[in-house]
Amino acid sequence: MQLKTKLLLSAVAVSSVLTSSAVLAQASEQFIGLPSYRVGAYAAGGSGIYGGWIDYMALVNERDGGVNGVKLTWEECETEYNNARGVECYERLKSKGASGNTVFQPLSTGITYSVLDKVAQDKIPMVTIGYGRTDASDGRVFPWVFPMLTNYWSQNTAKIKFIGAKEGGMDKLKGKKIVNIYHDSAYGKETIPLLDAQAKKYGFTVVHIPVSHPGNEQQSQWLRVRQEKPDWVILRGWGVMNPTAIKAAAKVGFPRDKMVGVWWSGAEEDTIPAGDAAKGFIAAGFNVAGANYPVVKAIQDNVYKKNKGNMEDKARIGSVYYNRGVVHGIITVEAIRTAQAKFGKGKVMNGEQMRWGFENLAIDSKRLKELGAEGFMPDLKVTCLDHEGSGKVKFQQWDGKQWKVLTDWIDADKELVRPMIEESAAKYAKEKNITPRDCSKEG
Amino acid sequence: MQFFLEVLIGGLLSGVMYSFVALGFVLIYKASGVFNFAQGAMVFFAALTFVGILELGVPFWIALVLAFGAMVLLGIGTERIVLRPMVNQPPIALFMATIGLTFFVEGLAQAMWGASVRGLDLGIQDEPIEWMMEATGIGVSKFDLFAAGVAAVLVTALALFFQYTRVGRALRAVADDHQAALSIGIPLQTIWRIVWAVAGFVALVAGLIWGARNGVQFALTFTALKALPVLILGGFTSVPGAIVGGLIIGSSEKLAEVYLGAYVGGGIDSWFPYVMALAFLLIRPEGLFGEKHIDRV
Amino acid sequence: MLYREAGQFKATYAADQQIFPIRQDRIGIQLLLALAFVAVPLFASEYWLKAIMVPFLVFSLAALGLNILTGYAGQLSLGSAAFMAVGAFASYNFMLRIDGMPLLVAFALGGLMAALVGIAFGLPSLRIKGFYLAVATLAAQFFIVWLLTKVGWFSNDSSSGVITAQEMVILGYRFDSPQAKYLLVLSIVAVMALMAKNMVRSSVGRAWMAVRDMDVAAEVIGIRIMYTKLLAFAVSSFYCGVAGALYAFAYLGTVEPEGFNLDLSFKILFMIIIGGVGSISGAFLGSAFIVLLPIFLDVLVQDVFAGLLSPSIASNMQLMVFGGLIIFFLIVEPHGLARLWQIAKEKLRLWPFPH
Repeated sequence: MQLKTKLLLSAVAVSSVLTSSAVLAQASEQFIGLPSYRVGAYAAGGSGIYGGWIDYMALVNERDGGVNGVKLTWEECETEYNNARGVECYERLKSKGASGNTVFQPLSTGITYSVLDKVAQDKIPMVTIGYGRTDASDGRVFPWVFPMLTNYWSQNTAKIKFIGAKEGGMDKLKGKKIVNIYHDSAYGKETIPLLDAQAKKYGFTVVHIPVSHPGNEQQSQWLRVRQEKPDWVILRGWGVMNPTAIKAAAKVGFPRDKMVGVWWSGAEEDTIPAGDAAKGFIAAGFNVAGANYPVVKAIQDNVYKKNKGNMEDKARIGSVYYNRGVVHGIITVEAIRTAQAKFGKGKVMNGEQMRWGFENLAIDSKRLKELGAEGFMPDLKVTCLDHEGSGKVKFQQWDGKQWKVLTDWIDADKELVRPMIEESAAKYAKEKNITPRDCSKEG
Repeated sequence: MQFFLEVLIGGLLSGVMYSFVALGFVLIYKASGVFNFAQGAMVFFAALTFVGILELGVPFWIALVLAFGAMVLLGIGTERIVLRPMVNQPPIALFMATIGLTFFVEGLAQAMWGASVRGLDLGIQDEPIEWMMEATGIGVSKFDLFAAGVAAVLVTALALFFQYTRVGRALRAVADDHQAALSIGIPLQTIWRIVWAVAGFVALVAGLIWGARNGVQFALTFTALKALPVLILGGFTSVPGAIVGGLIIGSSEKLAEVYLGAYVGGGIDSWFPYVMALAFLLIRPEGLFGEKHIDRV
Repeated sequence: MLYREAGQFKATYAADQQIFPIRQDRIGIQLLLALAFVAVPLFASEYWLKAIMVPFLVFSLAALGLNILTGYAGQLSLGSAAFMAVGAFASYNFMLRIDGMPLLVAFALGGLMAALVGIAFGLPSLRIKGFYLAVATLAAQFFIVWLLTKVGWFSNDSSSGVITAQEMVILGYRFDSPQAKYLLVLSIVAVMALMAKNMVRSSVGRAWMAVRDMDVAAEVIGIRIMYTKLLAFAVSSFYCGVAGALYAFAYLGTVEPEGFNLDLSFKILFMIIIGGVGSISGAFLGSAFIVLLPIFLDVLVQDVFAGLLSPSIASNMQLMVFGGLIIFFLIVEPHGLARLWQIAKEKLRLWPFPH
């Protein structure tokens, strides 16, 4: 019986906590719900990104006293990178804070898909930076979704440009061979049609080799690579697949400086485990590594000196994932600022106003300099038509100790990507009976 | 032919890697009839603890001893807190308890040492042996050979341990018949503790080898998934079965991926080992080396 | 006193054969249904309906399916999530490719497809037993997810391999409000749960239990092992398939094959073991436990202990407590939560005079 009483008690506790938490909201605070993940296989990325993001918001609160006096508050919700848990977090965070959750950034493509319909109904903008649904870049069909900075397709065209530049011109790509090693999942498959289109356009051949999840064994794949004798290898990996791939490349003697990874293959977490084998490995990124940018310094001065930092392992400040979190923070805060400029400074923005803020977000290089993030992230300009806003990436190379920036920002091949995005978005619109917005009427 | 040999050798060597994890399963199943799903989590916990201690500036060998100590503690704790109260429960309940244990150990490991991914250098390069490469064109990794060597030593040591020590004999008696073992005065709980400690040691070795290969990170827990078909093929109760099963699974998986994968779009190594183990089972339902089970009404 | 079957006499065969022969049970189940159908949609908040009640019901259905296979027929399965995936993707394709396909028929066809796949992967059970059989279902788990990812046709060639479930419309009525979705799911789950309850006490259910307890003995007394085992696989997969379809259509909306991974299979296995192996109500209790507990722990950590613990420790603590509680429950009540209810019934029978 004792057990039963305990059960009852805990059930009562659940329901009381679940209902009471919505009441605890305070006025003049902008609430941001964080569906984070800090356990399991995804913890390495999650703790870095959410750490950087929270630290940046703490910086804005500590140094500037909030955005025009509006303090930022946030609350985490553990999703474990699980779709069902993500939906629960979305619903739980939705009604918190003064005006409810005003932006949802799940950091998981699966959760992005699971709440895609819900955000439009609830009028909460969803921002997915560097992941999520690529065709949501078409803001006419997806008014509430912002796959910002760059998507996988844009990233991929920039990568081919980079490879072309290394070969000495795009025309030199003719007759070359590129192997695409990809994580055998929805995420990994996404660039296949684009690579095929580019192969046709530039006259190189592309070979797609899948690696099944989790990818901690890649002997057979890399023996195939050796058989194919490619000029370049594109690594579209995730998690343990990356260091394993780099090591396997070393094992079959493929030069690492001919391997180019996506940004989920290009963090310290991907190269350090591979040890010396990772020296020379190249990865694309919409943010760079390094702690010597003014914005990161400001976080250390204003947040960590007051012992309010979020990272337990301070050595990770300035790592790729941490800096990516700072980028998330910058974009979120600048969108609040943009929205406030239109709807009233010092006011708390609601979801709809935030959506306007994201859609009219413009961070030029001058603003980036003011933020202390020059060269840290690309400049961006979001419009109703284009929810991506930038499409630029830099390439970094691992020198055995840290990431070194190789290139300046490289633009995506928009002429190739945009029609594919529009085609895919139109297909979705037709499936879901959505009438695309007329962007000329948006203001 | 040369390519075929290369794939085959690579497959056999990675099969050895699977066997490391499978061995831990076999030890515990043999002695206590528990299908210990937490073995993968134990591999992760062992490797992370070792690297974590190493990061504190402790020398290699002392760190190894300390990590082993942690595994022994974990083993004893599991026996005391989880297994002892659950004696005589159906196997599926015990299996579930080890899944609960998996969550606990995973959480404990990351709460103690943080989530960041670490490298581990055992001083042996994961590169092909040069003279062999030059002579035959077949690349065989030094590290993989080293791992195979460790596996050979480990299996020999375990076999000797089971065969010639008092504890080993008692262990086999317990595996044969709990009741009979108890009645001739073999202390069941001590034996279980020893088995869990030995399984912890095997997990530590597996964690070090896998960790040096792919980095010490959460993905080490996934090694358990690769060990399952090995286990099925070799039989739950056979140490040599774990090795032979590993070799068969490793090589056939690689050959299938290279020669069959191309026709169906690749990535078949996620399910091929299971289907293969299944095919074997249809012929021999108790695995290659498992004990034959006779049903009586 | 409160729960006493003495004095309830049956005068007809029909009365003796009803699903709930005891009056208290009948009243109880009617109250429960009234509560679920009327009170919950009226009073529960949108959050509770969308984020807790719907997944709870969907997982209950899946757990029910697994419980038929594992709890009643004794065949351990680690592939429930894959059968859910078959149901979800099949229903989606039936809706997509056949014009005017009624929603409920699509769900049923999705369940049937899952049942067919279940029979195929159940065939090895005729020869393999116990944990060895688990590998057959693991093969199903990995193979089906691989196939759904690999063959673009299943996801209508979407570049990312995900499917977006169609709108739920029955006879012109759109099920898009949280209440409507909840009621639809509840109706399907209630009907299927009653069917299951009825099935397990019929000759089919008895044959399953005989096979579970000792298949050789069952064969000796004339039960057709092959038919019985395969039927269990088929019915179980049907339930999982319908649950998968509801998971896609009524809960998530958009699903990807990887969402139906081994973790989900394990989760469903947890449910039946925590809830009670071989018990219909156990599937519901277990599902409630596994759905609610992590949320409860997270709310506790984020709201009550916010700021006291560093975030990564807080999150990992949740995992540890979750694992610890599973072990705790298995130790305290290895027969699951449903057993607690039985104990409570015993007490109620005597109450208020326990001696």
